[in-house]
Amino acid sequence: MGRFRGWFANPWGKPRFLILYTALYLVWSIVPILIAIRFSFNEGRSRSTAQGWSLRWYTGDPDLSVLHDSELSSALLQSLRLAAIAVLVTVPLGLALAVGLTRWRGRGAGTSRGISLATLVTPEIVMGTALLLVFIHLLTFVPLGTPAQAIGHITFSLVFVVLIVRGRLLAIGPEYEEAARDLGASRLQALRLALLPMLVPAIVASAIIVFAISMDDFVISAFLSSGTSTDTVPVRIYATGRTAPTPALNALATITLALTIVIAAVGFVLWRGVRAARGQTGSTVGEFAATEGL
Amino acid sequence: MSEPKRGVKADRAGDGFWAGLALPGVVWLCVFFLLPFYVVLCVALGSVDPILLTPRPEWNPLEWNTSAFEFVFDGLFTPGAAFETVFVRTFFYVAIATTLSLLIAYPVAYYVARYGGRWKGLLLMGLIAPFFISYLMRMLAWINLLQDDGWVNKVLIWLGILDAPHNWLDGRASSVILGLVYGYVPFMILPLYAFLDRIDRRLLEAARDLGASPFEAFRMVTLPLSMPAILAGIAIIALPMFGDYYTPDLLSGAPQTSLIGNQINLYIRGGQQEPVGAALVVALMLFLTVLMGYYLYATVRSQRRLGG
Repeated sequence: MGRFRGWFANPWGKPRFLILYTALYLVWSIVPILIAIRFSFNEGRSRSTAQGWSLRWYTGDPDLSVLHDSELSSALLQSLRLAAIAVLVTVPLGLALAVGLTRWRGRGAGTSRGISLATLVTPEIVMGTALLLVFIHLLTFVPLGTPAQAIGHITFSLVFVVLIVRGRLLAIGPEYEEAARDLGASRLQALRLALLPMLVPAIVASAIIVFAISMDDFVISAFLSSGTSTDTVPVRIYATGRTAPTPALNALATITLALTIVIAAVGFVLWRGVRAARGQTGSTVGEFAATEGL
Repeated sequence: MSEPKRGVKADRAGDGFWAGLALPGVVWLCVFFLLPFYVVLCVALGSVDPILLTPRPEWNPLEWNTSAFEFVFDGLFTPGAAFETVFVRTFFYVAIATTLSLLIAYPVAYYVARYGGRWKGLLLMGLIAPFFISYLMRMLAWINLLQDDGWVNKVLIWLGILDAPHNWLDGRASSVILGLVYGYVPFMILPLYAFLDRIDRRLLEAARDLGASPFEAFRMVTLPLSMPAILAGIAIIALPMFGDYYTPDLLSGAPQTSLIGNQINLYIRGGQQEPVGAALVVALMLFLTVLMGYYLYATVRSQRRLGG
């Protein structure tokens, strides 16, 4: 027990217990995913017995592969479609909202901040039910399927853009804008020429986060789906994960994972580039997590 | 959310400009976030068409009909009733999964924040990775592992712990809780890490200089300092867990592990009982609001205790 406590808390000693604990956590966290990926390449139908390697479940199988099973390929397209719409709408909308809310002092500002934060603590099932009922009973001109799902994705990802941009705005401070105004810029010019370029890293980070949480979303996509044709990848995994699973489902999940990681990595490199170009220090993953308020 | 008093020059005229910039987002949230809640209330307090059996929301608050609410609250507060059983079960699952998550997350976050050193970037990548892997894919990975001929059974039989494959996916509380912990623990590690990373090491050195053992220094300095982060981590994972229905559906699918989220999903999407589902959503929101209130109170108290 003495040695255990020594490992646990000595700020200068080698924390062997903690090293082991963290290593075990990382193994536990990552190995199940690696196993799932491995079986997406299985030659046979099993998802637990290694039966050679093949691309059968990706492209080879004429009926059941991701390429040829229209339910699987349409799910992938629907996930990407919703994520693209979410990024394109949420980032500008959230950017304006964040700048406005951070600078706006008058009546209504506090309430508006409160509302945007409330979306963060609302469980998805509550938001999903609320949106489903509003589209069924009141805003009936919004059809279920892609339009309703896109509105849902924009609504729950808005707050993430607000938080990321706002963190950056508070770090920048008002001085640059004031200097631009003193030099004769209008409010809009000061915003566009002084503030916006400094916000580019936060904008890139927001886009990565919105893309990732949109791809990850299950409840909103499921509640607002109009049928199999608008099911996303997570909805498809939910629908067939227990009843009719084949390694094609693993293949679908693996493709989604790879796409998400590639896009996030491209975004991260872009983020590093724009930060370096602006002379801001720090460009590691840790810096990304810390400065962009992850 | 109070702003520092300095800020942009206090010109009143500019305020309109900033409000205008925020306007589209605020309108969006009013239409697609606030308004839907009113509709939930109107459905919960509305009626069901006696012939078509379709729900009829009641828009006028003066004519609200509380029968769905009475049904739900009777069920929630009668010991042994269906809703009460499900709610108590949800509470216990969330409490156990949150506690286990904290026991996993804290030491890991502590290690990476304090001892990460030159491996910090790589370790952080490992901690962030689950954010980019869909929750449902991570559950799918466990379905693969827990099935009858899955690797969990294979390993346990090989180790001699089990004689025959165990049916992990057939209504086991342990499988559902494992899924919840696996699914939500990354969301707890990151805020804990961010906070522990900022603790001033000189405070620990001071504690040691004043004669505290390493463990005492941890218990009397680091742990109380990180209390707000622990509370935030608990809130971040407990709130969505209360609305989870896909984890039990995928890792058990049996009624004996049904959670409050399963009931909402069933009533809202499964049949004509929309008012009951909507009333359950309102009840869940009320409960979570109380929890959030307690969280804010506990955070303020722990900060006051530190003289912050």
